[in-house]
Amino acid sequence: MDTELGYSIIPLAILGGAIRVSTPFLFVSLGEALTERSGRINLGLEGTLVFGAMSGYAVAYLTNSPWLGVGAAMICGALFGLIHGVICSLPRVNDIAVGIAMMILGMGLAFYFGKPYVQPVAPDLPAIGFGWWSDIPQVRAALEVNVLFLIGAVLAVVLWWMLRSTRIGLILRVVGDSTDAARAMGLRPAVVRTCATAVGGAFAGVGGAYLSLYYPGSWNEGISSGQGLMAVALVIFARWNPLACFGAALLFGGAGALGPVLQSVGISEGYYLFFAAPYVLTLGVLIATSSPTRAMTGAPGELSITK
Amino acid sequence: MTAIGVETLGMTMRFGAFTALDNCSIKIAPGSFHALLGENGAGKSTLVKCMMGFYQATAGQMLVDGREARITDPKAAHARGLGMVYQHFTLVPSLTVAENLVISREDVPNVIDWRAERLELQAFMAGMPFQLPLDQPVRTLAAGEKQKLEILKQLYLGRRFLILDEPTSVLTPDEADEVLSHMRRLCQEGAISVLMITHKFREVTAYADEVSVLRRGKLVGGGKVADLSHDDMAALMMGDAQLARPADRSGTRGAPVLELDGIRAVDRTGLKDIEVDGLRVHAGEIVGVAGISGNGQSELMEILTGQRPCQSGEIRVNGRAYTASRTEAQSHNIRFLPEEPLFNACAPRMSVSDNIGFRSFDTDGGFWLSRRKMRARAETLVRQFKVKTTTIDAPISALSGGNVQRAVLARELSGEVDLLIISNPCFGLDFSAVSEIRARIMTARNEGAAVLIMSEDLDEIMELTDRVLVMSEGRVTYEATTAEADIASIGHHMGGHA
Repeated sequence: MDTELGYSIIPLAILGGAIRVSTPFLFVSLGEALTERSGRINLGLEGTLVFGAMSGYAVAYLTNSPWLGVGAAMICGALFGLIHGVICSLPRVNDIAVGIAMMILGMGLAFYFGKPYVQPVAPDLPAIGFGWWSDIPQVRAALEVNVLFLIGAVLAVVLWWMLRSTRIGLILRVVGDSTDAARAMGLRPAVVRTCATAVGGAFAGVGGAYLSLYYPGSWNEGISSGQGLMAVALVIFARWNPLACFGAALLFGGAGALGPVLQSVGISEGYYLFFAAPYVLTLGVLIATSSPTRAMTGAPGELSITK
Repeated sequence: MTAIGVETLGMTMRFGAFTALDNCSIKIAPGSFHALLGENGAGKSTLVKCMMGFYQATAGQMLVDGREARITDPKAAHARGLGMVYQHFTLVPSLTVAENLVISREDVPNVIDWRAERLELQAFMAGMPFQLPLDQPVRTLAAGEKQKLEILKQLYLGRRFLILDEPTSVLTPDEADEVLSHMRRLCQEGAISVLMITHKFREVTAYADEVSVLRRGKLVGGGKVADLSHDDMAALMMGDAQLARPADRSGTRGAPVLELDGIRAVDRTGLKDIEVDGLRVHAGEIVGVAGISGNGQSELMEILTGQRPCQSGEIRVNGRAYTASRTEAQSHNIRFLPEEPLFNACAPRMSVSDNIGFRSFDTDGGFWLSRRKMRARAETLVRQFKVKTTTIDAPISALSGGNVQRAVLARELSGEVDLLIISNPCFGLDFSAVSEIRARIMTARNEGAAVLIMSEDLDEIMELTDRVLVMSEGRVTYEATTAEADIASIGHHMGGHA
């Protein structure tokens, strides 16, 4: 490889990598943002993500249609969310504890049912090449953008608009901010929260399908490296705003792409360290946005972690 | 919009064997401003909850505009034009004023056309006695503005009979006067009728046309406000119960005990600064800090209890630097009574006896706790301070607000006290509990303790303190001896426009 081109391609490669790596972050964080806006936290999304990856891959392989795979992952994710939501609606149940249980359950079930699908090859999701204007293969490769990423970007805008200008959006915010006010309005907070958790789970399922059907593009037990958990930190960083979630997902994606990109241009020193970039970033973000004396602005008032 | 009249006939509400409301008939004429007086537990809330359909009365009926109305739930009450403004805000803090108003409507469209809604809201606001910024999140509004918004919301929803539950408990005197005089004008114009629950005689005399007084669930009197004096109302409310009178002031002012110099800290939002300089509290005096909530009093309390770090400045107690550690508090005999003591000064699920032991459990015994001593101490204090609890082993969260307050006060006032720091000690308590707690504070002062008291209740400050300070926007903006202080200028300083 031409070293000259090699170094100048780094920013572009990171951008391309960011787009590739960020999609699961984007879907999980949008789902989590929705759930948290309703006043509940679902830590089980890591399990939902892995199960979504497995179910999406399996269905895509069996039907030979990646989109049916995505649909299946979405339905499974919604089911996981629904279970979490219903259990949390019972009195004296802690959403964080249920979330951790759901995370382990999701991963366990995915590994159990996923065994037969480690070998077979499922069809990939389609991507659109935005690099047609360039002759350089690396540029073209970097600008291959998956359709799901574009859907995710549109979804972020739609969610932002929904929270602002629709009845459902306002109801969600009321429920997330004050259970008392919601009850006084005759709303049923538990139902709203359960629905929000189910939809959030569906988003996370789609994020999982992206992992197994596009990047890295195969099903194995190590497919998720904690994206589902990092997305929770990301939502806090994004202040529960879907548009900010999009930016934050790109940032985390970029950090995740750092290791592979540097490796591809031949920088191998401290290479494991770069792979740790997203985790370090998570830690950094949480420290930077925390304060012992200040209340967090923008946090939904009913959220158990910020109460 | 025309006001409607409401009348209850023989309203009775029983909870098991307990009669909360006994054969209560009151009549609120259309366009009148009616006050409902009574101590805590007198049945005021039960009555209005029956009227609003939160409770189903055991017996009795209700007339709305002269016709019998069966109010089965709050929705039915709303449909008939009855609305209620609660003591605790039911606004959604992170939503803007406009969003709060629109979402409270029954018929919110699926997609909200904000441009059209805004035009409508502006037109509505223009016709109202007070205006509010539509685009501000409610969380950034002052308490008075929130209260106004609660009332606006009811008017926006087309309610023509408003029940106000202690609407001025969180307002400055100026704000209270403003809100109530607007309500009165709306009544006089015949737009609404108002039923106001209150403790404050002044507001009854100044704004209400008629008054009804409840005691122990029974209607014990009432009539035209013009015919009743404050003493008449107090006599009706209290019956023949005797109030503990605060002890007279005695003793002389001693040396400064608490000194604060150049204190700077950030407030809860992290956006504003708290700056307190040259605050002194001497032995044998009570210094009061008045102010509307959210102007830095809670933060000052947190600084003194060690819950909030200071960026700079110095706190000295008895001339020595003080960092709010437990050892220092013990050696200087500093005691605290924070607001909402159940959450700020108790472990809610631990027993009354354990909670009372918090000040002394580590000095009473060695490595092992002396259960016997702790229980003996708790028994004595519970008796002395008349804490009503089934046993001292009951979790303290099972006690009523006044009794939690008494239990904490018992713990904090036992033994020698040199410095007592208090925040809103009587918030939400009934008359007898209030006067008893104030008497205890006065006694501590007379025995030579330095007392710093932060309170949103100006009457309390005027009654108890020797010196009064006003905090506004995180700074002390006013200081005077209580004897020379005048309510009007304190009120202006509280409102931040002096």
